Amino acid sequence: MACFITLLGSDALVQGDQSWPSFQGPRGSGATTERLPQELGGKNISWERMLPGYGLSTPVVHSNKVFITCSSGPEQDRLRVLCIDGTKGQSLWERQFWATGRTMCHEKTSVAAPTPCTDGVRIYALFSSNDLVCLDFDGNLIWLRGITADYPNVSNSLGMASSLVVTDGVVVAQVENDSESYAIGIDAVTGKNIWKIEREKSANWTSPLVLSPGLVGLQSKSGIDAVDTADGHFLWKYDGGASTIPSSCRKGNVLFVPSKGLTALAYNLSSQKSPKQLWSSSRLSPGTSSPVVVSNTVFTISRGDVLTAGDIETGERRWQLRLKGPFSATPVVNGDTLLAVNETGLIQLVHFDDEQGELKDTFHLENQILASPAIAGDGVFLRSNSRLWKFVDAKQ
Amino acid sequence: MRKSVYKLIRNHNVSPVLFFLAISCCLVALGAAASVAETLDANLKTLQSVGNEGKGNPSAAVAWQEVADCKSDSIPTILSAIDGASPLSANWIRTAVDAIAGRSRKIPLEDLEVFLSDVRHDPRARRLAWELIQQRNPKRAETIISSMLDDPGVELRYDAVDRLIQKASQANEELAVNEILRKALDAARNVDQVKQITTALRKSGQIIDLQHHFGFLAGWYVAGPFDNTDGKGFATVYPPEENVDLQALYAGKGMQVLWHEFLTADPYGMVDINKAIPGPGDGLKEVVAYAFTTFTMPVGQEVEVRLGCKNAWKIWGNGSLLFERDEYHRGMRIDQYRIPFEMREGENTLLVKLCQDGQAKDWTKEWQFQLRLCDASGTPVLGSDRRPTPRHSEAEATHGELQIP
Repeated sequence: MACFITLLGSDALVQGDQSWPSFQGPRGSGATTERLPQELGGKNISWERMLPGYGLSTPVVHSNKVFITCSSGPEQDRLRVLCIDGTKGQSLWERQFWATGRTMCHEKTSVAAPTPCTDGVRIYALFSSNDLVCLDFDGNLIWLRGITADYPNVSNSLGMASSLVVTDGVVVAQVENDSESYAIGIDAVTGKNIWKIEREKSANWTSPLVLSPGLVGLQSKSGIDAVDTADGHFLWKYDGGASTIPSSCRKGNVLFVPSKGLTALAYNLSSQKSPKQLWSSSRLSPGTSSPVVVSNTVFTISRGDVLTAGDIETGERRWQLRLKGPFSATPVVNGDTLLAVNETGLIQLVHFDDEQGELKDTFHLENQILASPAIAGDGVFLRSNSRLWKFVDAKQ
Repeated sequence: MRKSVYKLIRNHNVSPVLFFLAISCCLVALGAAASVAETLDANLKTLQSVGNEGKGNPSAAVAWQEVADCKSDSIPTILSAIDGASPLSANWIRTAVDAIAGRSRKIPLEDLEVFLSDVRHDPRARRLAWELIQQRNPKRAETIISSMLDDPGVELRYDAVDRLIQKASQANEELAVNEILRKALDAARNVDQVKQITTALRKSGQIIDLQHHFGFLAGWYVAGPFDNTDGKGFATVYPPEENVDLQALYAGKGMQVLWHEFLTADPYGMVDINKAIPGPGDGLKEVVAYAFTTFTMPVGQEVEVRLGCKNAWKIWGNGSLLFERDEYHRGMRIDQYRIPFEMREGENTLLVKLCQDGQAKDWTKEWQFQLRLCDASGTPVLGSDRRPTPRHSEAEATHGELQIP
């Protein structure tokens, strides 16, 4: 037990929650220490604005700036990065790029599916066309890459969706599909490859996860590979198989992998030994949304739209609650509240403790929403294909 | 020259000191302008020289900042640097224009209009010029766009066609509507727009030859099946890859294989190999087929081979491998792949290898492709030996089939 608490304890040192720097938030857990709105309604909308294109990437927030990507044009080949003031919702700048790779996607997804990431200095944005751009917070172009121009068969006719992470000065992109498949570590300053790993030729929409500074987990149908971002060498491998749609999340040195339902793995930062499997539970199997973890509970939303809370030490199911689905977006969570948005735009606010979860409030945005929310400072940021909203707690 | 200067000073009662001071200032200003122009030129060259895998990124970032700091009257010059630039370089350059336009109160609208009207410039740069005009003077931009039906720029043409479609929707008489829609169809290159227009025209009994409109290739010789067990056939070199002999007899997968003609009457040129090589039940699995055709060009020309396909495939043009892709059943659409091909005067050949995998689900039985040749704007390149679009009965004779979309 003491050992388990040690494994989970290191996240207290991670940066505060004024930022939501990547798909799964500041800790790779989908959790925040910020207060979530305790009720939902029009009065909670701080601002709302139109977006100039389609997209289902999560907004990324830092220094009260909201960065968001979208695509437009008859061929969806106009790639856009927007910077929006977090307080008032006004546009600060926008940069456009012409796609250099293929833009074909399944109609449900979008060229702007991958979530950008930030290291607090620069914003890194990837698109399904495999165009990867780096801008500073003032919109100055620092570098750009056309990964399909580099490696012509890196594409997926259904669309690419793996999001970016950045750690220790290395941007990590998983561009994995059937025909030509890589994970690439890119110098955050110059945009040049530091390493390139050939990956299994198989379509994969999961995102890399920072396990600790300079160490990322790469999920694929085979399992998880832990890679040192300094040179791209493998530290350890979990080969129990994993999903190619929902991504893993972590708390401390415990990884929750969509594998055989959900599997908890304890890894050691100073060892190349394979991680220790703590438990595996078919009752916690996620659908499209990725799992999230906070305190002593891991949450999944099943294909049948059931929210399940599991004990992170044992994997035992604590409680279940049927929500209104279907879900694509990953929920966000803090100590006692979980916010989930279904594909029709119905936001569902769940209060929970160890014993039960209760649907506290709902609010309908009347927009298709596939993008996961971001939480930073006093706001929850949510986007549809055409709009971006900021929700705040009206009681604050 | 010296006499003229003295005369000028004497006649206009100008102080010689002031005169030479003014001249010096002008020369300094001209020199500075020349220096600014040279610096801009050098920076644009730096942006034009970025390469793959991040090559040139660090120096481009420095150059970009200086270009982005230019005054807005430099925008046409900066846009001109997109001409002939690689797609990566074009993005470096266009974002600098974004930055300048984003902070500038005034931009040189007349110069941008001149730039836009010169079709020798890169179509995307011209589109950006139009959008800058649209942001500052929407009324003028609307007037301009309506005259761009035949523009080589894909997006400019798209918007011009869109305006015509809107106009047709507001017309009352069927004759007038059809006339407008016909004009729109002639100009349309975007598949969705073409479908929208043809749906409306067909309602009034109009006949439209879409195969011809897009330039789909309808006549092929097909040979198969060869073995693709475990996907190994993709890399296996079967005899047609070494030499296409339309009289040859090959050892195929469980049978002797001959070439036979296949015509498709599908409006979008779909070549359904399951019809060309009928198999049991849901069709053959783990097999390879080849499709071969010839194409006669009056003059040599670089074209785009545009392919739609959800099976693994390879394409050879005049015997050289143009591209290959080992992906199965992830999706298909018209113009899914755009492959450059330098066609020569006279006869050219195209060979397509089409692999079917072993997946069992119903939606994985499709084994088909659609291929057309066109220029960068999507305007079809039609061979001088192009035959009339096959009629239903002709296609049926070769197992092809008419599918009304």
